[in-house]
Amino acid sequence: MKNKINSVLANAKEKLQNAEDMQVLEELRVKYLGKKGELTGVLKQLGSLSPEERPKVGQLVNKAKQDLEEKIEEKVAEIKEAELQKNLEKEKIDVTMPGKRANIGYKHPLSQVLDELKEIFMGMGYSIADGPEIELDYYNFEALNLPKDHPARDTQDTFYISDNVLLRTQTSPVQVRVMEKQKPPIRIIAPGRVYRSDEVDANHSPLFHQIEGLAVDKGITMGDLKGTLETFAKRLYGEDAVVRFRPHHFPFTEPSAEMDIQCFSCGGKGCRLCKNEGWIEILGCGMVHPKVLENCGIDPEEYQGFAFGIGLERIVMRKFKIDDMRLLYENDIKFFESIK
Amino acid sequence: MDLSLNWLKEFVDTGCTDPREFSEKMTMSGSKVEGYTLTAEEIDKVVVGKVLSIEKHPDADKLVVCQIDVGSETIQIVTGASNLTVGDLVPVALDGSSLPGGIRIKKGKLRGVSSFGMMCSLGELNLTQNDFPYAIENGIFVLQEDCKPGDNIVDVLNLDDTIVEFEITPNRQDCLSVIGLAREAAVTFNKPLKLHTPKVNERGGDINKYLSVKVTAPELCTRYMARVVKNIKIEPSPLWLRERLRSMGVRPINNIVDITNYVILEYGQPMHAFDYRFVKGKNIIVRTAENGEKITTLDDVERELTDKMLVIANNECAMAIGGVMGGEYSGITDDTTTIVFESACFYGPSIRNTSRALSLRTDASAKYEKGLDPQNCKEALERAAELIDILNCGEVVSGVIDVDNSNYTPATIKLEPEWINAFIGMDVSKEHMIKTLTDLDFKVENDIITVPSYRQDVLHKADIAEEIARFYGYDNIETTSLKGEVNAMLTPEQKGENKVQETLLACGYSEISTFSFISPKFYDKMLVPQNSPIRDSIKILNPLGEDTSIMRTFSLPSMMQVLATNYASRNMRAKLFEIATEYVKVKDEELPNEPKKIVIGAYGDDYDYFNLKGAVEELIFALNIKDFDIEPVSDIPWYHPGRCAKISLGGEKLGYIGEIHPTAVKNYGIGKKVYAATLDFATLLKYSVSEKEYHHMPRFPASTRDLALICDKDLPVVTIEKAINNAIPKLIEKVNLFDVYTGNQVESGKKSVAYSIVLRANDRTLTDEETEGAVKKILKSLKNIGAELRM
Repeated sequence: MKNKINSVLANAKEKLQNAEDMQVLEELRVKYLGKKGELTGVLKQLGSLSPEERPKVGQLVNKAKQDLEEKIEEKVAEIKEAELQKNLEKEKIDVTMPGKRANIGYKHPLSQVLDELKEIFMGMGYSIADGPEIELDYYNFEALNLPKDHPARDTQDTFYISDNVLLRTQTSPVQVRVMEKQKPPIRIIAPGRVYRSDEVDANHSPLFHQIEGLAVDKGITMGDLKGTLETFAKRLYGEDAVVRFRPHHFPFTEPSAEMDIQCFSCGGKGCRLCKNEGWIEILGCGMVHPKVLENCGIDPEEYQGFAFGIGLERIVMRKFKIDDMRLLYENDIKFFESIK
Repeated sequence: MDLSLNWLKEFVDTGCTDPREFSEKMTMSGSKVEGYTLTAEEIDKVVVGKVLSIEKHPDADKLVVCQIDVGSETIQIVTGASNLTVGDLVPVALDGSSLPGGIRIKKGKLRGVSSFGMMCSLGELNLTQNDFPYAIENGIFVLQEDCKPGDNIVDVLNLDDTIVEFEITPNRQDCLSVIGLAREAAVTFNKPLKLHTPKVNERGGDINKYLSVKVTAPELCTRYMARVVKNIKIEPSPLWLRERLRSMGVRPINNIVDITNYVILEYGQPMHAFDYRFVKGKNIIVRTAENGEKITTLDDVERELTDKMLVIANNECAMAIGGVMGGEYSGITDDTTTIVFESACFYGPSIRNTSRALSLRTDASAKYEKGLDPQNCKEALERAAELIDILNCGEVVSGVIDVDNSNYTPATIKLEPEWINAFIGMDVSKEHMIKTLTDLDFKVENDIITVPSYRQDVLHKADIAEEIARFYGYDNIETTSLKGEVNAMLTPEQKGENKVQETLLACGYSEISTFSFISPKFYDKMLVPQNSPIRDSIKILNPLGEDTSIMRTFSLPSMMQVLATNYASRNMRAKLFEIATEYVKVKDEELPNEPKKIVIGAYGDDYDYFNLKGAVEELIFALNIKDFDIEPVSDIPWYHPGRCAKISLGGEKLGYIGEIHPTAVKNYGIGKKVYAATLDFATLLKYSVSEKEYHHMPRFPASTRDLALICDKDLPVVTIEKAINNAIPKLIEKVNLFDVYTGNQVESGKKSVAYSIVLRANDRTLTDEETEGAVKKILKSLKNIGAELRM
């Protein structure tokens, strides 16, 4: 009996050894451990044994069954592992093939830089204001100390809608509109489209963007103006940016200045980029003219302020080294892709 | 404005010899330098030579061989010139010399005879006969100057100068003159200004016997001064004067014309000279022209005038357009013997309008436009008269005519040093302020500042602050930070705009920026009907061209234009958007509305209507809008009639989406189907909810039922979905369309639509009976719209 058990077991183990898939394994399990299996069959023969032998043989059979079950389990695990490996092998891909991109869109270069400027000024406490592009002569000129027939009107070739209505030539009218509505303290920037009748070429466009800035409060000085714009320049161009303020003239600021940045290309020695001047003009600014404050119902004896105007296109072109302004309004996707 | 530093030296010795440093300092005190030129920079090793002998060239008929004494030695030069005689002094470019235009001269051989340099013509030294009237144009420049062999030609001809180009701002017309800039330079470099008071040598007679002046338009002519000069000898001006004019870019003509130009440059005051012969009736009348009156100006063009224009007339006709240009017939000629010098001041805006209307801009009109100082007329006139004497070319008749309508009283401003210091953020003493102002020709007495007449730009204490600050140096003002409360935030509109931008970028649409003005033809291209209100655009009175002549009421054409550009640029696909402003007239208002539109446009083989609709849905949900209405529309002219929908929020139109009409697409030359949406930004924002809250995740299981329905082919699925939702709104969680079928399996004119409907209650597990009841209700509701369960 014992021999039989051992021989069945040995036989089973050998078959098990050679089993290669789950189906064979299942067949083996049925063959040996199933209700009609060989080892089960041995158990059924227990009745023919002596009472002394029965428990021993029973134990032996059970052990053999257990043994075989373990072996089968092991084999199952082995085969599953082998199948997994085979699958993994089959699933191998060329991981260097191109990714499936979501292809997010390009933000327009003007927006990219404008966002940067907004962030800088919001960080300094400036809110963002806007005003109409089709504007009254009063806001665009008269309230800004540019009465009819003022010679400075000539420098801003204006598109007119009627005698009294025009396309704003600057974002400065937003200053007036804000001051009319809001009492100081005021800190705003006003980005927007402005219009001048310049023919389109590589450096000119009849439509371009300005960012106006205005701060009005008690005790504001020209030193504050310098400090604010110097901080702006350093945030935009880096800590080592060098700026200078040079006297200029705008009818709505007094004193007026232009801020230049030392040429990044030659470090101030003079080169083609800066037309040998060593400096590049960045923006116009000044202390708000007391008459302008007065025009807006703000008492210039009590309040002072400064204002500035930045040309967005020039900053964008310089930043991305774009050599033709027309590209910004053609909106060719190839152009967007080329800014990298 | 060009400034000769040689001329400047007559008024101030700045002590600054480096033109770069000069430019820098002038710029920083407010006179912006655009650049400078060293006039003699290109001329090197050119000296005076004396012709010692002239012999025929052995092998060439047209060449001669000269021996030239150049001071240190005698050299041989071969030349083709024929105007030389022995003893002539000529400019000689030596071996290794350079000439204007980057020309280098080296020794060489001409037809086998050695030549050690070149004798120069006027042109080779970049000069003309206007500069040296005694020389000939074609031939060697034979010098008549006081010089000897070996002298540097640059010194002999006074060629060494630095010309500095200034950008003068429109408020400083006074700086459009040598004296004006000299005053700025003197204060900048803290050096004395040496002004000269003209002295006129009157030779008797009485001007009133020669001339009377009547101004009938005093508002247009604030001052008119005149002098008469007789026994005029018209001839070239002396070298020094020609040199001055030449250095500032003015062509010398003859002594009288040169004097007027010299005074313009020196004083900034335009001068005019009339030939007295043509002052018919001895009368000068300053009057407005008659409509249609004609005059031929000095440039030989006949011009028709209007009654808005000012003329200087004699008894019979106009002799000049006041402040713009003289008339041809009254101009100076070689046989002029008596002249009238005019020094006048005209009203700037009127000059500007005249000059514009006639398209005639002159040096004089450019100056007058900016508003000149009537008080400057006198000294300029006296200077012209003085120059007559210095040049010894006529006799000044005693007396001056002066019609002064300027009513000048000097402006005064109180000096407030504390206010100025606080305003600028500096600490300048009152004494220093007074010194700066005094140097600038302001008078300060008892803290009252009297402004010089030519500084019409100074009216307010802020203007005084600027005068002090710019000489204190803007760079010396200490930089400080703004103090006080800081509170910046985006408005809901700005946040909404950012959200729109961010969502569409994430969906793969690139942002574009287009012109706000368009051509009216854009509307034709987009098939906009003739009577559509869209065509009622705001027109620009003075557009650059038709292409940019109206303000768009409709931004879709701009998008189409950009799509066309991209298509022409061979981009296979394009997905674009713009947050565009439109300009819509408002009845009885001067200013229009400027609504913002979200315009989305795309084409590409892998793109269809549902890509577009998907993007619009993303946008709506990104703005946290729960639901929207959509209905097919077929009457939008620029859309495909079967592929266009109106989208609404809360019953309000948000905009249209769809496929652009193939005819419009063809008009733009695009060879692919184009899809576009225009959504009103304000409406989108109005329904956007900024508050969000957490809704409990479902705790009870859902029951899902699939329904296959059959209905008319044209029934929009949105109607079916509404019917399902409305049947039992509380229990329906989701309605998913998973199949639409038309074909053999269904009756013609019908379609099969299959939905998976998710039902869930949030407080219990739905029983089978409840679910079945719900489905019955849904089917009943569907029956009302003509959709039935497919058997």
